[in-house]
Amino acid sequence: MEQSWTRAKGAFLAVFSPTVLWLFAFFLLPMGIIWAYSFGQNEGLVDIAVTGTLANYARVLQPLYLLIFLKSLWFAFLTTALCLVIGFPVAMAITFASEKTKAWLLVLIMLPFWTNLLIRTYALMAVLRTEGYVNWAYHWLWDETSGLLQMIGQAPLGAFTPLDLLHKNFAVVFGLVYVNLPFMVLPLYAALDRLDRSYLEASLDLGAGHLTTLFRIIVPLALPGIASGVLITFIPALGSYLTPDLLGGPDSQMIASVIERQFKRANDWPFGAALSFMLMYMTFAAVALQAILARRRAEARQ
Amino acid sequence: MSQAPGPLEYLRRWPLRAWVTGVAVFLYAPLISLIVFSFNDSKRNVVWQGFTFKYYGKALTDESLLTALSNSLTIALIVTLVSVVLGALSAVLLWRFRFPGKTALEGALSLPIVVPEICMGVAMLVFFAKVLPWPVGMPWPFNLGAIIISHVSFCFPFVTVVVRARLASFNRELEEAAKDLGAGEWRTFRDILIPHIAPSLVAGALLAFTLSLDDFVITFFTAGPDTVTFPVKVYSMVRFSVTPEVNAASTMLMVLTVLATFLALRFQNPAKDLAERG
Repeated sequence: MEQSWTRAKGAFLAVFSPTVLWLFAFFLLPMGIIWAYSFGQNEGLVDIAVTGTLANYARVLQPLYLLIFLKSLWFAFLTTALCLVIGFPVAMAITFASEKTKAWLLVLIMLPFWTNLLIRTYALMAVLRTEGYVNWAYHWLWDETSGLLQMIGQAPLGAFTPLDLLHKNFAVVFGLVYVNLPFMVLPLYAALDRLDRSYLEASLDLGAGHLTTLFRIIVPLALPGIASGVLITFIPALGSYLTPDLLGGPDSQMIASVIERQFKRANDWPFGAALSFMLMYMTFAAVALQAILARRRAEARQ
Repeated sequence: MSQAPGPLEYLRRWPLRAWVTGVAVFLYAPLISLIVFSFNDSKRNVVWQGFTFKYYGKALTDESLLTALSNSLTIALIVTLVSVVLGALSAVLLWRFRFPGKTALEGALSLPIVVPEICMGVAMLVFFAKVLPWPVGMPWPFNLGAIIISHVSFCFPFVTVVVRARLASFNRELEEAAKDLGAGEWRTFRDILIPHIAPSLVAGALLAFTLSLDDFVITFFTAGPDTVTFPVKVYSMVRFSVTPEVNAASTMLMVLTVLATFLALRFQNPAKDLAERG
């Protein structure tokens, strides 16, 4: 049973003050300043006056920025969907593997997660760029096919043109899936591992095929895990900065790059603050939506 | 082995095997090629030209790269220490006490986990520009103070989550028994509670260390020109070209993190056994 704080004031203050002081001074205060700035305007070169204006938010709703928001949402959605489709079978495989294999498979999924994000993104650059490994393999195949065609008396293929993979929207989504996949697999595995297997066995015994069992038994039972996997993938994907910045081209900007520009180059802090709070509101909306769905499911079960 | 797979042994069916293999290739091929080509004796980095260690030599004599690496490790170590203390205290606070505003505090503590990195990064940038300008030219390691503070803010709530999960399995009667036998608050905390949560402290420390070492975005907004960390340094090298030195430096960091993780996991298991027996 929890103890009322009045019954041990000394111990309470000893654990209460450091936590709360740190959280207020070094997290809530900075966030609060940004929030206040989002209602402010630039005065002179360095000063910002908080005037309560909504002009920054009005600017966020201009088509140019709205389009970037929509694009970020689309990228995040696509990434989440792909991670779910790719990750679900992997989570299934881990769940139903033998104890020893399970441990190895988990390490296999976790290891990239322990590797620096920047290094992983850099590794993808080396794979996708015009002189990268994919194009190198493609070039080799192209030359071989060309040679083969000549050997059997056909006209050779034309000059080789490398695939333009890097600095494209494709590369951004590819990179986002690459870095976020472990985030999806782990909660899925945690949910699937808790399933009561007798339901699956019953379904299979009663003549349902594996696919029927998957969609009518496993997926409904694992829905809470799927929902948390989706959320855990969607939120970082929506706000990601590094991946679109390094892998994307000029037309694959996401919100984070625009925010960064307002603070570091354009030096328009109030507008950047409004943009970051729009991103925060979207994140909170995603969290709230998941909480509401979870509550509705819990109510339906009762 | 020659038995037909059981109904639920999905891993022994070929479509799933092929799928898992495919995902493993997808996850590892880029990293493995990065490692392999760090030994490649060619500036162009695509075709294998022969084995060499020279890029490791170059990376290890690159003054700015080494400074960045040592900055990163210093930051990660200090952040881990502070985060474990703060995380343990906040977990005990939420587990033990009932107090007004508890729900609000719980919500506020989960914010740093949810808030997008970029938002926290710009908030820290503004904070250290307007409220607490970090003096330039402080002696090491105080010059890294702004980065350390920002990292602790987003690392310690993760430790809180881990320690709290562990505290849920604590038998409060043990605490009461200790107090009945005359132990004070501090003694009970040190001799009863801490040994119980020790495994989660190690796990939390590992998490905080990795999060701090891995962070780019928040550091990018709080680092000054003389406080570059490894990810920020690699970022500035990578933006323009893919070079073998970066491969070599990345490989070294990768080996370092993987080793640390394995050591911590090994270290954690005996602790867990001990705690569960005791």
